[in-house]
Amino acid sequence: MEDKIKKVSIVVSKGGLDGVYPGLIMANGARMEGIEANLFFTFFGLDAITRKRMAKIKIATVGNPGMHMPSILGILPGFSALATSMMKKTMDKIDIPPVPEFIEMVSDAGCKLYACKATVDMFGLKKEDFAPQVDSIINVGKFYEISAGGEIIFT
Amino acid sequence: MPQKQFGATAVNVDDEGFLTDLSQWTRDIAAAVARDEGIAELTPAHWKVIEFMQKEFRESGQAPSIRRLNKSGVVTTKDLYALFPGGPAKKAAKIAGLKKPEGCV
Repeated sequence: MEDKIKKVSIVVSKGGLDGVYPGLIMANGARMEGIEANLFFTFFGLDAITRKRMAKIKIATVGNPGMHMPSILGILPGFSALATSMMKKTMDKIDIPPVPEFIEMVSDAGCKLYACKATVDMFGLKKEDFAPQVDSIINVGKFYEISAGGEIIFT
Repeated sequence: MPQKQFGATAVNVDDEGFLTDLSQWTRDIAAAVARDEGIAELTPAHWKVIEFMQKEFRESGQAPSIRRLNKSGVVTTKDLYALFPGGPAKKAAKIAGLKKPEGCV
């Protein structure tokens, strides 16, 4: 049998529901298998741990070929909100929690959460702007240090 | 179908050792599976989780998710990970005599 994966460090670099959820599900899934997990939020992925934004993350309906519809529909007012609300209902049914609850769950599961220093500086954010589950603001060097000996996944 | 021997009784299991028939489950089997999974003794806190999971399974045919366990007030996510270290949903389901959980969360 192949050696089991013991540790993963997952980078969440994109905003929007489709940008944020894959990393959260993979990190939580790792913990469910007894795998050590770190989440590193950078660029618009930072929305997922930013207090003011984390509950308001939407699905992009413009310029998203995965939406299976003409982009022109996506610019209609309220369309993104509607698509988001429909998707959230479906996700709730299969027990995928909304982002703030997911952050709490993955943290309670023992996953460590980090914010990217470069992005934090660029957006002029402070530690207080983040959910309490965020361990610290770290630079890329520290991220590699924390990730040593494990797999790095970029999403 | 593979079988696993617990003392004098043999029960039907899948390839990974999950019971395929909850009616064959006993508390002694649970204790034996728990020891195999590295849990020396099942405490009242463990039993509370196990019994709730079996109740949910009988009603829905699925083991409840970690989120459901947390929301139902049975056990917090932190405590669940502490009670069943190294894979709580899977380990608890195995000890409770349920089939392997299929969900991603």
